[in-house]
Amino acid sequence: MVAFAETDASALRIREIRKSFPAPDDPVTKRLVLDGISFSVAAGELVCLIGPSGCGKSTLLRLIAGLDSTDSGELFIGSQPISEPGAERGLVFQDPNLFPWLTVRRNIEAGLVARRVLREKRNEVNEFMRLVGLEAFGGAYPHHLSGGMAQRVALARALINHPKVLLLDEPLGALDAFTRMRMQDEVLRLWENRRTTMLLVTHDIDEAIHMSDRIITDALPRPRDRSSSDFLRLRSDILELLHFAGDSATA
Amino acid sequence: MNRAAIQSTLAGTEPERDATELTRHGSTLSWRVQWAVPLAALFDLAIHLLFSKRAPAVETHSYSLLMYEIIGVSIVLNIVQRFWMPLRSWMRHMCPIFTAAILLFGVWDVVTLGFQMLPLPYFPGPAAVLRSLISDRGLLLDSTLHSLALLVSGYAVGLLVGLVSGICIGWSGPIRYWGMPLLKVVGPIPATAWIPLAMVISPSAFVSSAGLIALAVWFPVTMLTASGISNTRASYLDVARTLGAGRTYLIFRVAIPAAVPNIFIGLFMGLGASFLTLVVAESVGVKSGLGWYVSWAQGWAEYSKVYAALIIMAAFFSTVMTLLFKVRDRVLVWQKGTIKW
Repeated sequence: MVAFAETDASALRIREIRKSFPAPDDPVTKRLVLDGISFSVAAGELVCLIGPSGCGKSTLLRLIAGLDSTDSGELFIGSQPISEPGAERGLVFQDPNLFPWLTVRRNIEAGLVARRVLREKRNEVNEFMRLVGLEAFGGAYPHHLSGGMAQRVALARALINHPKVLLLDEPLGALDAFTRMRMQDEVLRLWENRRTTMLLVTHDIDEAIHMSDRIITDALPRPRDRSSSDFLRLRSDILELLHFAGDSATA
Repeated sequence: MNRAAIQSTLAGTEPERDATELTRHGSTLSWRVQWAVPLAALFDLAIHLLFSKRAPAVETHSYSLLMYEIIGVSIVLNIVQRFWMPLRSWMRHMCPIFTAAILLFGVWDVVTLGFQMLPLPYFPGPAAVLRSLISDRGLLLDSTLHSLALLVSGYAVGLLVGLVSGICIGWSGPIRYWGMPLLKVVGPIPATAWIPLAMVISPSAFVSSAGLIALAVWFPVTMLTASGISNTRASYLDVARTLGAGRTYLIFRVAIPAAVPNIFIGLFMGLGASFLTLVVAESVGVKSGLGWYVSWAQGWAEYSKVYAALIIMAAFFSTVMTLLFKVRDRVLVWQKGTIKW
């Protein structure tokens, strides 16, 4: 019972989220991007969100991160409602967004500096640099790094705050195919080491199947039309997904 | 200094020539590079001695002494560079420039002293200017120090106020709403246009001139700082917020570092404006400094002193400018292209 309560406390719960944006060409009408999304993620779970681009996956992550606010609906980290950004929810974007004026080491330290705990936790910086295999690059500036290395720094920077949930917004989307496959295993290794709850947005079905405990494809465009080509394509995509997923993932 | 030129230099587009040149050339200096400077100086000396009958002996004496010194120093350097690599690459880079500069002195000598193609007293020869430089060195040094004091105090005030107002305008919406129109209307007025007002308001000429210089620096620094801060990439701010950053961190550790390249453009534009304002203020109100010296010497029709002061000004201002470039290179070491390992 106690164990269950702990698990529940670090899980992510999303209920009936709605979010719309003004349409770019016509600011008066609003475009509904998320229409009543609900799901939850158990502690230590690695869940993938897949869906076509523009369906609101990134919007959803920004809402969970607290960077934007919902029109209606509830978001909980454990029992805490989400109202603003916080260090217990890490976010890694497709672009690593490293601060170019800081060295690799100082980028990784950034979360500790921002929370004013650098003095107590300085020894952790080395640990996280080792974790992502960048001990030798502590003094390098971001523009010296390759895409994969930069993304590893971004992961270490997000993980050093020991987030309850790590939100990954297509973090490997900009990498070449080989780096991408290596980084998928890298992220899996980090996850297996630390058992951080992860929510991974991707549009690569291979990646979703390879990495996740569970795949959510809830965030699909509305309104839906059974006879549209989009609908049919989506249907065949999901069928294919179920077929290939088989025993390696539950869908 | 031209704004476009500053901006292109600031963008860090200078080619990385140092490393390539070292590998491309051999380890010895060709004889042409070695002897260009002493030969040019010898040439100048010969020309001058040819026409020296027309110049006072004391001018000829110091000018020839200078040429002998150049010849002597360059020969010593030619010997030292055989044993000292850094000097060699520096000489390889600088010798052509020095040679051209020395030859220009010869041309100047020919045109003025030699064939007297330009009217006197407005266009004295190089020897006369050198003589003024030497005989008036005390007053020139004193003027330079006064100019420096005025420049530093005015620039520092303008810089500080400009940074603060730029950060406030860049970061806060309400401050931008009220501050930006003021900035747009008042800023473009050249600082020197305020001279009549400054003379009435301020008790001392030094304070009013420093205030004008501060005003000249304040506008570009504020403008560029504000635009740099408000153009901070939103994703940097988002990342910092998900890392647990508060407002202080967002302003001082994200927005300001992100704006630093822009801020430096403002600093360079401000520096150019401050030189201009300094010289004008000194020749109008202040009774000391290089600007004052120039107009004073002009009043006595001692044009050789005017040129002497101009030479000091050129050295002074370009040194200050170079210092700012050094600071920029140090601060912006993280930027691609400005890095020199």
